[in-house]
Amino acid sequence: MTALAETARRVPIRPSTSWIVPLALVGVCVFLVVGSLQSALFAQQVISGLANGGIYASLAVALVLIYRATEVINFAQGAIATFTTYVAWQLIDWGLSYWPAFALTLGIAFVGGFALELVAIRPVERRGSQLTVVIAAIGLLILVEGSVGWIWGNGVKFMPAPFPSHIYYLGGVAFSRQDLSTIAISIASVVLLWAFFQFTKVGLAMRAAAVRPEAARLVGVRVSWMLSLGWGLAAVLGAVAGMMAAASPSVLLQPSMMDGILIYAFAAAVIGGLESAAGAVIGALLIGVLLNLLGSYVSWVTPQLLLPAAFVVMLVVLLVKPSGLFGRTRVRKV
Amino acid sequence: MRPSRSTSFGIAVTLAVAIAIALIPYTLSDYNRSTGATVAVYFVAILALNIVTGYTGQISIGHGAFMALGGYATAILTHSHGWNDIATLPVAAAVGFAAGVVVGLPALRLHGVYLALTTFAVALAVPQLAKNYPGFTGGTQGLALPTHTGLWLYDVGWAVAGVMFVVAWLLLRGRTGRAFRAVRDSEVAAASSGVTLAVYKTVAFGVSAAMAAVAGSIYVLVNNFVNPDVFGLTLSLYILIGAVVGGLGSLWGVLIGAAFVQLLPLGLTSNSIGSSQSVPVIFGAVVIVVMALLPLGAANLLRPVLLFGSKTGQHPKTPDTPLGTEGR
Amino acid sequence: MAVLLALEDVDARYGQVQALRGVSLTVDESEIVAILGANGAGKTTTLRAVSGTVRRSGRIELAGKSLGRRGPEATARLGVAHVPEGRGTFSELTVWENLRLGAHVRRGSLQADFKRVGEFFPWLEARRNQQAGTLSGGEQQMLALARAVMQRPRLLLLDEPSLGLAPLVVAEIFRILRELNEQHGTAVLLVEQNARTSLATAARAYVLEVGRVAFAGASEELASRDTIRKSYLGY
Repeated sequence: MTALAETARRVPIRPSTSWIVPLALVGVCVFLVVGSLQSALFAQQVISGLANGGIYASLAVALVLIYRATEVINFAQGAIATFTTYVAWQLIDWGLSYWPAFALTLGIAFVGGFALELVAIRPVERRGSQLTVVIAAIGLLILVEGSVGWIWGNGVKFMPAPFPSHIYYLGGVAFSRQDLSTIAISIASVVLLWAFFQFTKVGLAMRAAAVRPEAARLVGVRVSWMLSLGWGLAAVLGAVAGMMAAASPSVLLQPSMMDGILIYAFAAAVIGGLESAAGAVIGALLIGVLLNLLGSYVSWVTPQLLLPAAFVVMLVVLLVKPSGLFGRTRVRKV
Repeated sequence: MRPSRSTSFGIAVTLAVAIAIALIPYTLSDYNRSTGATVAVYFVAILALNIVTGYTGQISIGHGAFMALGGYATAILTHSHGWNDIATLPVAAAVGFAAGVVVGLPALRLHGVYLALTTFAVALAVPQLAKNYPGFTGGTQGLALPTHTGLWLYDVGWAVAGVMFVVAWLLLRGRTGRAFRAVRDSEVAAASSGVTLAVYKTVAFGVSAAMAAVAGSIYVLVNNFVNPDVFGLTLSLYILIGAVVGGLGSLWGVLIGAAFVQLLPLGLTSNSIGSSQSVPVIFGAVVIVVMALLPLGAANLLRPVLLFGSKTGQHPKTPDTPLGTEGR
Repeated sequence: MAVLLALEDVDARYGQVQALRGVSLTVDESEIVAILGANGAGKTTTLRAVSGTVRRSGRIELAGKSLGRRGPEATARLGVAHVPEGRGTFSELTVWENLRLGAHVRRGSLQADFKRVGEFFPWLEARRNQQAGTLSGGEQQMLALARAVMQRPRLLLLDEPSLGLAPLVVAEIFRILRELNEQHGTAVLLVEQNARTSLATAARAYVLEVGRVAFAGASEELASRDTIRKSYLGY
């Protein structure tokens, strides 16, 4: 690829209207804060919306991680998250207490994700196009979700809570401990991940491999291993999402557990612009809060309409900004 | 232009296959005949997907939604208004075409993965909408339809498939087909050589959706009932798998893909290779292996034999990726 | 001086097109060698063959050890820094991150290397957090060189450093190149279309034509032979 072409492909074009998006987001935050101060119900819905958003965010960042490195959407991400959550359930069932099981599950998830990339994806990537790899990912989705049913059966399982539920009160508003911890854990995992990419040598190498694999090879980065590492990290994020989802009272531990959440994660990642992890997080929080508010305040929005609602939000964002809120406006090669 | 010898060879092969398809049901049980009808359904659906993805390069993972439209159209007309089954097919096609154009227009703004994910969201949203308006659609319970014999279903299914095949072939061999392929390979080049992009892309979507709708109608007839879950996520995914495994951009790939997606899982269960629990595991594994060994689909392997139909070997690329993708 | 790099009868192809036919050349330790020739002669391909970015047959030895079928990741670890056409800058990353990446194969403290880079390119310090893609062409070329310096290579493969740059900037880059070579003993294999400047810097040169070595010799000799200058070097 010639130098000119490579530059045209990759250098982000900063649009002159780049103030619109931050301004809109600030506007949304102001609206949420004002509303929360006015109404206790509003505040509660915002908080639980943020908690849901936190779960979507973890999975969305996992999707972005893999997409940035390979331009492939990992359809199997949700199923892998479900599998690791079942592993945690199994460990607890065998007698391990919650937090050690959680930690061990994260380790297993990393190894599992790494291995999956090595065994299922790399052979396909070698000769296939992006579409081929996507199909393989779909095949992986069927395989992994099927494995969950095969190993543990299709029935619903009960996942013990990490800690007894507790309600905190602040100025007349009730906050559940579960929601607050979900928000805290989501923030923590995203921050840790950011720090990893920003400050460590491996993190830098992974970023380099994702944006410029050929140039990265020339400085000695083993790009294929970086890809496997990415899958491992994505699996860890998925495990976090799965564990938090299972702890939530409205989600049941069953093989199709993450199907709906995966869709919201897709929407979040797309809204954020598929190459931006920050965008994915913002998109996820937006969706979480927006859907919760819609469900509470707009009477004709039934639970069935929440999914189409997310889709409408996604479509509106894409029509206004076809590459998502923080996506790079790509230069089209002539 | 192809040498005439290979074209007549191609036509001969097609006729032979058509005759085989017509005669097979007489060797099958009633149940297997309706399975054969389901293969026809997938055939038409994958053919529909090929028009949009294989030929004009617009990636759609949402054809389950168009099938749902056709299926529900047929179900509502038959169940609540007493129409004759076959008469509903043109209606389904019309509804599908309209929907396809409606989807195709905003789709012009989206590319590559964004289009794929949006169509995916549509595929998931439509069943939810069906659940939400039960008065119209029968809600989660669904609607029941009159039953038919396996042979009737098989014959109707494959007759429709045959018609669609001919329609697709005629569409794709002429100027429209060349325009489609030009759009797939390079939008900018196509536009600068006079192809009105918007028109061709939207028409492709409309035709594709119309076909998918008809496939949905037949599907509903085969199952003799409809409910939102019939057209769920799995269906759209299986159609895409069938299209790529068979080979995008190849009319023969459509047949191979349809057979793969419908018959493999059934074949595994009926031969007791694995229980109903492990079949998805095996199927998923096979899909991955096939993608590793035959990235462009099965039809590409058979290309020297099948001189009929278009070349495979073109997977839609995100338009702003250079034509020779960086090796990784 | 000992031979650092030896190519013996190397072939390379891109699909059906044969880019190199039986190319043989050597670079001694601490030597600067230039590869000259017209567009499409195979100059870039020669560098790619050494770093392993393109598949090749024939024998390539680095300090006596055969490079076999090693790819660029492994070749970098053996002490070869390849600055490709287009500079291989990570445009989305900052200047600082580009430098850190240059030292990816290095172990241990990088303090001395950052200091050295600072001496060669004093203006870099002020621009540490600037996105590399927003630097000018000349600055990016120097950043690419700085990246290579961070690696402490034995052999530097440099592809068209003067491409698209103003003469003053080109002169500066070649001056730095000479300093690198004299102070640190880095051998350089340089591909250039700008023959005049290359011959002024390099000790020896090879002229490629359609994938073969047409002429080889000391720079003064090549520069002085009118026929070669006019036919192959353009001046």
